[in-house]
Amino acid sequence: MSFWTRHQIFEKNSIILIVGILLVIAVGGLVEITPLFYLKSTIEKVDGVRPYTPLELAGRNVYVREGCYLCHSQMVRPLRDEVERYGHFSLAAESMYDHPFQWGSKRTGPDLARVGAKYSDDWHVTHLTNPRAIVPQSVMPGYPFLSKSEVDPDAIAGDMRALRTVGVPYSDEQLANAAADLKAQADPDNAGTDAFTKRYAKAVVRNFDGKTGTPTEMDALVAYLQMLGTLVDFKIYNEKANLR
Amino acid sequence: MSQPSISKSMTIGESGLAVVFAVTAFLCVIASAKALDAPFAFHAALSAAASVAAVFFIVNRYFERPAALPPQEINGRPNYNMGPIKFASFMAMFWGIAGFLVGLIIASQLAWPALNFDLPWISFGRLRPLHTSAVIFAFGGNVLIATSFYVVQKSCRARLAGDLAPWFVVLGYNFFILIAGTGYLLGVTQGKEYAEPEWYSDLWLTIVWVVYLLVFLVTVIKRKEPHIFVANWFYLAFIVTIAVLHLGNNPALPVSVFGSKSYVAWGGIQDAMFQWWYGHNAVGFFLTAGFLAIMYYFIPKRADRPIYSYRLSIIHFWALIFLYIWAGPHHLHYTALPDWTQTLGMTFSIMLWMPSWGGMINGLMTLSGAWDKLRTDPVLRMLVVSVAFYGMSTFEGPMMSIKVVNSLSHYTDWTIGHVHSGALGWVGFVSFGALYCLVPWAWNRKGLYSLKLVNWHFWIATLGIVLYISAMWVSGILQGLMWRAYTSLGFLEYSFIETVEAMHPFYIIRAAGGGLFLIGSLIMAYNLWMTVRVGEQEVQLPVALQPAE
Repeated sequence: MSFWTRHQIFEKNSIILIVGILLVIAVGGLVEITPLFYLKSTIEKVDGVRPYTPLELAGRNVYVREGCYLCHSQMVRPLRDEVERYGHFSLAAESMYDHPFQWGSKRTGPDLARVGAKYSDDWHVTHLTNPRAIVPQSVMPGYPFLSKSEVDPDAIAGDMRALRTVGVPYSDEQLANAAADLKAQADPDNAGTDAFTKRYAKAVVRNFDGKTGTPTEMDALVAYLQMLGTLVDFKIYNEKANLR
Repeated sequence: MSQPSISKSMTIGESGLAVVFAVTAFLCVIASAKALDAPFAFHAALSAAASVAAVFFIVNRYFERPAALPPQEINGRPNYNMGPIKFASFMAMFWGIAGFLVGLIIASQLAWPALNFDLPWISFGRLRPLHTSAVIFAFGGNVLIATSFYVVQKSCRARLAGDLAPWFVVLGYNFFILIAGTGYLLGVTQGKEYAEPEWYSDLWLTIVWVVYLLVFLVTVIKRKEPHIFVANWFYLAFIVTIAVLHLGNNPALPVSVFGSKSYVAWGGIQDAMFQWWYGHNAVGFFLTAGFLAIMYYFIPKRADRPIYSYRLSIIHFWALIFLYIWAGPHHLHYTALPDWTQTLGMTFSIMLWMPSWGGMINGLMTLSGAWDKLRTDPVLRMLVVSVAFYGMSTFEGPMMSIKVVNSLSHYTDWTIGHVHSGALGWVGFVSFGALYCLVPWAWNRKGLYSLKLVNWHFWIATLGIVLYISAMWVSGILQGLMWRAYTSLGFLEYSFIETVEAMHPFYIIRAAGGGLFLIGSLIMAYNLWMTVRVGEQEVQLPVALQPAE
């Protein structure tokens, strides 16, 4: 029986055809995806990476909501020009708590993986409100409405709980203090700032948008942008330890 | 009256579905009242209204219909079900124009950012998913559903399975589009490219998709032909694989069942891999396998020639679906994804060139002995040019998946240009060609209202595509080169903003190209509308002259 005659089994039985399709398409995905969950070399061991603070998480949600990832990548490739332009290439560990990942696929604007601490808060607030006030040639939309919209401090614990269920290691203490921590991070005069910075290493406490009162979405987004890429200290990071 | 013996009663499907929708309406009202955020409340209210409308539709349809359900055959001929096909064709044209228009708007926003108007609902970041979803899933999806329901009936010589089920598929799918699209404008998104709809839209799509698979599969099972026609293999691969991809990429945990926000189960590197396994195969199975099915039915039909090589179609079918699944990692070259995965992705992407061109050869060579028809039939010309674009972008794709090429092209407009030579040239043109064939067939018209207008559409749209993709090639390669340019002293030559500034003229050309493409589609909509309306008088004549299938 020739190959072509044998193939008729697929042409004459829809169920066999479907099973055949399923088997054929399963291979590639299984081979490429499954090992990423158990190969230890996939994500390097690095000190410093922690889950987002409540305010940073709220800011990240704004980042996702406004579709920033459609024009900004968060992935510095190990190419000479990129490392010189943006900083150390991105490590897998730096986005291990990102649900969803925001590596992006297009740079209509620059990469943001290491934008944290590069510009002042004022710069960010002014730039987000009217990008062309700072960069006349910019094609970025303005986001003045973020300053007018407050973040609900009491809602963020629910988000953190959901994230913990999908694998982000928030502690019970972090969950219990979510609302207070969210307010404390945007208010240096807040009594809870010391306890907050103990819960989140390297977290920065500042009044990001310069306004008093409940943190706004502008506070949250700037807090998020200002921490991007700052968690790993590359002065002490040992590349050789993670050769893979 | 002729069959008084049959007493009229609701089928199990009718009464069951009516009850399900009544319960859904009730639950949605509760969800709307308890909603934690405004978009969720809006969507729950929309769902409640749609469920009530569905109950009304089912009951009303029951009172209108004769006691017996439509017969499978009339006088020995299959009694084809054209209603859902007509609806999906109409929606395809509607969403197509909407999607092209939003594309033109966001292209203009990149050239003139003031067009964002500092408003959240129409800023680029929210409109861009609206554009991609409207053209891929709304326009493309409706074309695929319409053509697949047509092709499966004709090639199996069997009436579409189910009574309400086909309507559930077309209406349910378009409701999914409505929920997803309005969600984007309101800021409801998962933040995963081409998989932006939130958890509740995803759940609804899953239900609709399973019913779609069942309608298609059961129609194939009750076929009168011993063989399953080639186009149906591709449709099946498309439906089954999209289901697998959708389920694999989208598992997410809602923060609350009364809120729109959810967090996807996968994180970081695994999420990236799942995303591009999904994303690339949305291209491979939605935009390629599904539209190859269209090619395999509509080109032979329109050219009145058999498919060039049956054996080639067997080989390229299995090779294509096997290799495509591996290609995802080429979207993640030089990222934190492990090297072995990147290399595998690149290798398979290059190999993918062969089965892709197998399909192109099979489509083009079907014209053997009928090439002269390209001069006289602009619809066939559109279909054939689409296959040529398919060949071009499936060469460009493997080339861009090579790591060194990708290091230049990635993150630039070259990718956008590549996508659009596939989307406008291949998917767009093959869909236009198919709709130009399908509308007269489904509405039982002798032919199109005007072939001259098709000719105009063809040339205007082709000019638009050429402007679009050449602008993006130049801007993409230019920007890639500028990013990596060094001065003689060893410093980076350009700041980032200088490279943005350099894009401006090309963004204007791109918008102009998109505008031409939109104008073409408006001409098409007018032509199809007139075909349905003016063709009316011709119905009486060809009743007895229906061509044998």
